[in-house]
Amino acid sequence: MTDLSTVKGTTKRAYLSYLPKGAGLIWVLVLLCVIAAILSPAFLNPANITNVLRQIALFGIVSIGMTFVILTKGIDLSIGSILGVCAVSTALLLTSGMSVPLTIIAVLLIGILMGAVNGIGITIGGVPPFIMTLGMMVMGRGLALTLANGQPIGLGERAADFMWLGRGFALGLPVPVWIFLVVAAVAIFTLRYTSYGRQIYAVGSNEEAARLSGINVKAIVFSVYVISGLLASLTALIFVSRLTVGEPTAGTGIELEAIAITVIGGTSLFGGEGGILGTMIGAAILAVLANIMNLVGVSPFTQQIVKGAIIVGAVLYEMMRKRKKSS
Amino acid sequence: MLQTANQPDEDDLAIRGDNHSILKMVGIDKSFPGVKALQKVSFSVDRGEVHALVGENGAGKSTLMKILSGAYTSDHGAIWFDGEITAHASPSEMIDRGIAVIYQEFAQAPHLTVAENIFMHRLPTTRAGIVDWSEMEVQSVRYMERLGFAIDPRTQVSDLSVAQRQMVEIARAISRNAKLIVLDEPSAVLGDSELEKLFVTIRSLQDEGVSFIYISHRLKEVFDISQSVTVLKDGEVMKSDKTENWTTETLIQAMVGRSLTDYFPSRSPNFGDEVLRVTGLSCGDMVKDVSLSLRSGEILGVCGLAGAGRSELLRAIVGADAIDSGTIELHGNSATINSPRKAIALGLGFAPEDRKTEGLFLDQSVGFNITISRLRDFITGFRLNLGKEKAAVRGHIERLRVKTPTVETRIGNLSGGNQQKCVLAKQLNAKCDVLLVDEPTRGVDVGAKREIYDLLVELTEKNGLAILMVSSELPEILGMCDRILVMREGVMTAELTKDDASEEEIMKYATFH
Repeated sequence: MTDLSTVKGTTKRAYLSYLPKGAGLIWVLVLLCVIAAILSPAFLNPANITNVLRQIALFGIVSIGMTFVILTKGIDLSIGSILGVCAVSTALLLTSGMSVPLTIIAVLLIGILMGAVNGIGITIGGVPPFIMTLGMMVMGRGLALTLANGQPIGLGERAADFMWLGRGFALGLPVPVWIFLVVAAVAIFTLRYTSYGRQIYAVGSNEEAARLSGINVKAIVFSVYVISGLLASLTALIFVSRLTVGEPTAGTGIELEAIAITVIGGTSLFGGEGGILGTMIGAAILAVLANIMNLVGVSPFTQQIVKGAIIVGAVLYEMMRKRKKSS
Repeated sequence: MLQTANQPDEDDLAIRGDNHSILKMVGIDKSFPGVKALQKVSFSVDRGEVHALVGENGAGKSTLMKILSGAYTSDHGAIWFDGEITAHASPSEMIDRGIAVIYQEFAQAPHLTVAENIFMHRLPTTRAGIVDWSEMEVQSVRYMERLGFAIDPRTQVSDLSVAQRQMVEIARAISRNAKLIVLDEPSAVLGDSELEKLFVTIRSLQDEGVSFIYISHRLKEVFDISQSVTVLKDGEVMKSDKTENWTTETLIQAMVGRSLTDYFPSRSPNFGDEVLRVTGLSCGDMVKDVSLSLRSGEILGVCGLAGAGRSELLRAIVGADAIDSGTIELHGNSATINSPRKAIALGLGFAPEDRKTEGLFLDQSVGFNITISRLRDFITGFRLNLGKEKAAVRGHIERLRVKTPTVETRIGNLSGGNQQKCVLAKQLNAKCDVLLVDEPTRGVDVGAKREIYDLLVELTEKNGLAILMVSSELPEILGMCDRILVMREGVMTAELTKDDASEEEIMKYATFH
């Protein structure tokens, strides 16, 4: 019995929920950058900035996929393993003599395929996303290790053809950063200006209402896991190109990073709310934070503690916001 | 909301020293936002009697029982139980005092044993503080025997029949020394022979001095088992009397007998061609071989008691639930509708019963909710034209007189009536010309109800829409519909014209008697 006879709260945020929730978020980022610059003059060093941007790009791309998934109230724990399989595949295909364009296409298809398996398990099989992608995470890592025989696979002489993707520059910015920006632009357009995007929000907001509203819920859910898999494979290509090695352990733990970035970016774990701009800022916040800690010499172990606390903090913040809204 | 129960003094005196009654509820008021659920309800149960509580859906029976069980607090009024006043007691305190409510949905742990369920809240222990399993089983057997049932106490509850599970619930109540047991539509889940067994059990407990409140729609049962009957209607007690002083006719009249006011808009319908024909539709246990036909411009009502399969019928027609058999024709063409998506594409819109969980995206905006079923009209080039969308939403809002500050307002912040108008706007936006609306005025306050009625009438008369409307409120059905279908247990039991129909007539087909 919560019918309200009067209208309260005329916030515009709901309709524009795909815009950054907090303009506040951008200020957090600015503040972090200021702190970083004060703590370590090295932060503003162009080489360091490029480094941070590349970091943002790598984590940002998978986080965009994660954002699509989380908007439907799902979760994808398998992106790290998909990345691993794709990294090994990239190295194997290149060293077997396949051309670079064909390799890229093949690897992207592998990512799509693995995402599709997640999607089928979840929609047709009815396996909860958490379990399905957890299974895929374990299987995928096993597959990567099997394919690579447990060893990193160097690109050898093929490295020269392929390095442009991860190490190259265009118009003064690293190529991965351009890729990230293109992916983000497409994602923003999709979520905001297509009915497909609108339906993603609908499914995450209320699955049953979405079904009764004539939305093909299964197709939507399936598609976001495919997108997530595709973007994991794209990240794998950049990874291998940058390191010139296909490591079977590549991407371990990146799913948690991506979830953290998405949540910090204001996308609700309960679905239906959030968007790409937030995720982009979230990626920047985490990358700058990691960079500060590296620059001032915080141990990697301590960094993990901080990151974990930030994830919980971001979710706590969202819970409080929800409670406030529903009261 | 009013805070406390201040008891009328004379009632106070009247109750004191009255050892005849086990329960007296006096002057109970309860309001929810926009709804007066109970008004000055007084209700008493004698020691050792079975007191039937009857009324239409929404008459206030459940609210009254929730106040009795401590789940709700009344705004006003007093409750005397077993000679003591109970003010603001919690559910567990009420259970300790001897009131047990057995709902249709049993509060059982299906994977535990019969004995564990009976003693769930106070497992007997040995002196060492360990659960005394053998004692528990011995006592369980004793309780079940007292009820005339022999069930192995080590059986898992999930392996029992519904009737047996009901007995476990009653055994649990007895084990906690219940003096008054409320049975909420116990027969809804029982077959005839099981019901007879339940009655035997009730009578034997009655001889031991246990009192019952028996809630049922089935008037025959009321006459079979009860000694007194109280009729609730619109939150007020219509009449309370000994069972022998009632007849089926007087009982139905008391349940429904309210004159139709000029509350409903006048209709001057203009029927067109048949737009929807359903033949022999069956879906699960709740819809059995239902046929109906609907013309454009017509409002066809579907009524029946809770659980008669009304909502399920609508869900089956729009493809929300998979049908077992039957055919559907739209505008004379046979249609295979296997999903709501298909239904909408064919112009068949559905406004579900539970707006909040099935109808709306509460966290999204008014505009989002209205356009989500059909966005393709707003695509120019290959992108959504948000300006065009917004303009269309404004048009719908104006036409349906939705009161909202902006189209961006979160729909969860609107009142029930305005939310419902948005649900209708969504069907219009999707270009649906056949609307299936389930309880269109549920959770809508009185003033807004009239607006919804006006809109529905307007849509049929001006736009030639056809509406299939399910409602639990008979006056609403009678006031709005051109024809009325009555359902009972999944079967269509009558088709009445507006002129033939009366609440008494409908209740006759809707109930067992």
